[in-house]
Amino acid sequence: MNLLDPQGPVAAGNSTILVDSVFIMLVIVVPTIIAILGFAFWFRASNPRARYQPGFVYSGRVEMVVWSIPALTVILLGGVAWIGSHQLDPAAPVPGTGSPVRIQAVSLDWKWLFIYPDQRIATVNTLTVPAGAELNFQLTSSSVMNTFFIPQLGSMIYTMNGMVTKLNLRADNEGKLQGMSAHFSGDGFPDMMFDVNVVSPLAFPEWVANTAKTDAVLNADSYKKLMQQGVEKGRPVYRLDDPRLFDLIASQHIPPGPGPELASEAGRSHSGGHDAR
Amino acid sequence: MLGKLDWSAIPLDQPIPLVAGAVVLVAILGVLTWVVVKGHLPYLWSEWITSVDHKRIGVMYILLASVMLLRGGSDAIMMRIQQAVAYQSQGYLPPEHYNQIFSAHGTIMIFFVAMPFVIGLMNLVVPLQLGVRDVAFPTLNSVGFWLTATGALLVNVSLVVGEFARTGWLAFPPLSGLVYSPGVGVDYYAWSLQISGVGTLVAGINLVTTVLKLRTKGMNYLRMPMFCWTTLASNLLIVAAFPILTATLAMLLLDRYLGFHFFTNEAGGNVMMFMNLIWAWGHPEVYILVLPAFGIFSEVVSTFSGKALFGYRSMVLATMAICVVSFMVWLHHFFTMGAGPDVNAIFGIASMIIAIPTGVKIYNWLFTMYGGRIRFATPMLWSVGFMVTFIIGGLTGVLVAVPPADFMLHNSMFLVAHFHNVIIGGVLFGAFAGLEYWFPKAFGFRLDERWGKAAFWFTFIGFYVTFMPLYIAGMLGMTRRLQHYDVAAWRPWMIVAAVGVAVLTIGVICQIVQLVVSIRNREALRDRTGDPWDGRSLEWATSSPPPVFNFAFNPDVRGEDAYWEMKVHARQQSLAHEQPEYQDIEMPRNSPTGFVCAFFATIMGFALIWHIWWMVILGGLGAFATFVVFAWRDHDEYVIPAEEVARIDRSNIEERRNLVSMAGAV
Repeated sequence: MNLLDPQGPVAAGNSTILVDSVFIMLVIVVPTIIAILGFAFWFRASNPRARYQPGFVYSGRVEMVVWSIPALTVILLGGVAWIGSHQLDPAAPVPGTGSPVRIQAVSLDWKWLFIYPDQRIATVNTLTVPAGAELNFQLTSSSVMNTFFIPQLGSMIYTMNGMVTKLNLRADNEGKLQGMSAHFSGDGFPDMMFDVNVVSPLAFPEWVANTAKTDAVLNADSYKKLMQQGVEKGRPVYRLDDPRLFDLIASQHIPPGPGPELASEAGRSHSGGHDAR
Repeated sequence: MLGKLDWSAIPLDQPIPLVAGAVVLVAILGVLTWVVVKGHLPYLWSEWITSVDHKRIGVMYILLASVMLLRGGSDAIMMRIQQAVAYQSQGYLPPEHYNQIFSAHGTIMIFFVAMPFVIGLMNLVVPLQLGVRDVAFPTLNSVGFWLTATGALLVNVSLVVGEFARTGWLAFPPLSGLVYSPGVGVDYYAWSLQISGVGTLVAGINLVTTVLKLRTKGMNYLRMPMFCWTTLASNLLIVAAFPILTATLAMLLLDRYLGFHFFTNEAGGNVMMFMNLIWAWGHPEVYILVLPAFGIFSEVVSTFSGKALFGYRSMVLATMAICVVSFMVWLHHFFTMGAGPDVNAIFGIASMIIAIPTGVKIYNWLFTMYGGRIRFATPMLWSVGFMVTFIIGGLTGVLVAVPPADFMLHNSMFLVAHFHNVIIGGVLFGAFAGLEYWFPKAFGFRLDERWGKAAFWFTFIGFYVTFMPLYIAGMLGMTRRLQHYDVAAWRPWMIVAAVGVAVLTIGVICQIVQLVVSIRNREALRDRTGDPWDGRSLEWATSSPPPVFNFAFNPDVRGEDAYWEMKVHARQQSLAHEQPEYQDIEMPRNSPTGFVCAFFATIMGFALIWHIWWMVILGGLGAFATFVVFAWRDHDEYVIPAEEVARIDRSNIEERRNLVSMAGAV
């Protein structure tokens, strides 16, 4: 999951800006650290060769320089930030080959549901995407906040109940990646890691066709079961009954997840997350 | 009768908190028994608990912070061990326990370690530096301290009665809402912070008023020591920001207690509003903590370089710039919420702008050292260690202020490393530097240098060994707050970080040993002159420890570095042997108001957490009655007769003359 090993244009853009910014700052940070250590060493009280200048308490020129150095750096970095924010806005399009794949992601307690409305299928804790195509994500949450993040594809984004966030990504190389939730969401949070399979554009329709053969159907009822707090160790797949399911979730026509069941009145709630393991 | 409270609230099935709680309880009972048996109780009551002397209150704040540092540090050790072992396994802490630990660690370290530490140092030092006899509102000062202690107490009660929040230290809804956190954990969190927040707010009002209204003759704003300036800036931020925290938590509590919908998923609640509000307090909070530390470093670097602070006016400007801009950057805590490129970029750039005055400060300390005659006493070691460490923290901070970089680093271990880098490297190093520097002023003897230096080196190295691996883990995609993980690449770095925490622990032990050794050798380490470091500001112009009235005469300030000027002046005049005319001094009387108020606040807080409504009313009435009794009291001051003032002052002046004449002879 190395951030410096990007597998798509968004992650590449993110990490380029990350590395460039570090180098821009190192240009002033390294000399400053050397100067601190150097001055501290040279002007030690026991050094007879160092000249004691108690009167050196103001210098217009030095002031000018010390305000300018960080200011110039920040102007440069501010430019990087401005341009980068616009180019790499999560909602900005990421052109790819072939037709874009729409994916609707829902964070549940504590698993990820990925709905492919156009393919009429859905998966839990695995995301399969074709290499090279634009991936249009719409994201929401069934309950608490989470953050959708595939480190090597770049740009994470929050999921929130009753709201839809947008993210566009592209995976350039076939292979296996990992995704996660990057915002603490309760006891089962560490188990919200998910697999990302990047397959060839030809293999993708094949995978869709195979997946659609499943007997399990995702509709409001099976979704409500999925929404119960708990960790999903398997990788269930579904046929999608109603392609508007995501909209029903996001618009709260399906009410938010129920939270934990109270074990006792006395505050120490035991939620399902631990027991499920 | 007892609301939600019953025996199931005691975690009998969880040995770790139970044993920890039992140890703490035994320790507290042991200390209390010792105090009572040895007959120290009247002394403690009249000299400390009811004291309204700013120096005593400052010391008690620092004591509270130190004790809570041990608690928060234990949490840190447990977390680092958990992440070192919980690779492809559950580790030794189940999630409901681990999640409480990281929530408590953050809450305790910010609210009950960093805050009381810096407020304690400000309380102790600022009136002395301003050349005045006390703070503006002495009794309110005591109330502020005891309410902070109440908050700390409630957080620790949660260890054995019920649970603490499992939501992270900022308790984001909807996770912290009643639906997803039905237990009392979030209530412990919120009521502790509500009560201690009142304490912090009154401390802030008190210190702002003190700096603005109580300065000695000739102490204009531009002659104030840098620490007074940073105190002013920090407390202005407290006064402006803490009401936001109080209001935000009040709304969360209304959601939880009375079925409101400020931050719920349903009925029009808006969780993004909570994010904005909590960070509108949370970001200024960072500067509330670090500005006083900047002030401490300014004092220390200048004193130990034997030079006035370089570019004093520039430093004042930088301080106030940070104070203002820190309110305009809060959105950088959630760039990844999808606010859009313009908003993200503007807040990113605003965040970087803070780096300009901060950078200027670093350079000004650098040029204060230039041409100096630097003595590497322990406070100076902490300062140089800070400068190097803080620059690295600043670099990574500006990095996460660049939105596209933050899209990958948000909430990661990289971020965890960053804020520990600035809070440990900035605030904690500053607090330790201030502790070493002003300890002789508070207690009349210096701290042992050898153990102090050992503590510095272990802490300094331990910090790097702990947190550099976390930067790397963040670059490998590791997010924070993971109770377990399956990614092999993260494992080695977690193990290194656990080793680092062991080194940090040795640093803490060195500090404790240092304190014990110094108390034992206090006669050898005695500071008879009141000026052990060849200081420059007015706190060194009085004895160590200072008399209750601080100064027999209000000092007359004729320039920056007031005491330095006096010393130079005295040398040139070869010490005029004038016999001043002493006068009676009026000082505020001790008052148990703060302690009694906090006693009732503790009862009320505990009752609110457990829904014991009759007890809530009892506590509320008690606290209010205490206030009424205080408001109607007739005698609020007592007089120290002139002869007594003269006796105390003359002995100090003799010592001081010897020092100055010896220095003059050199």
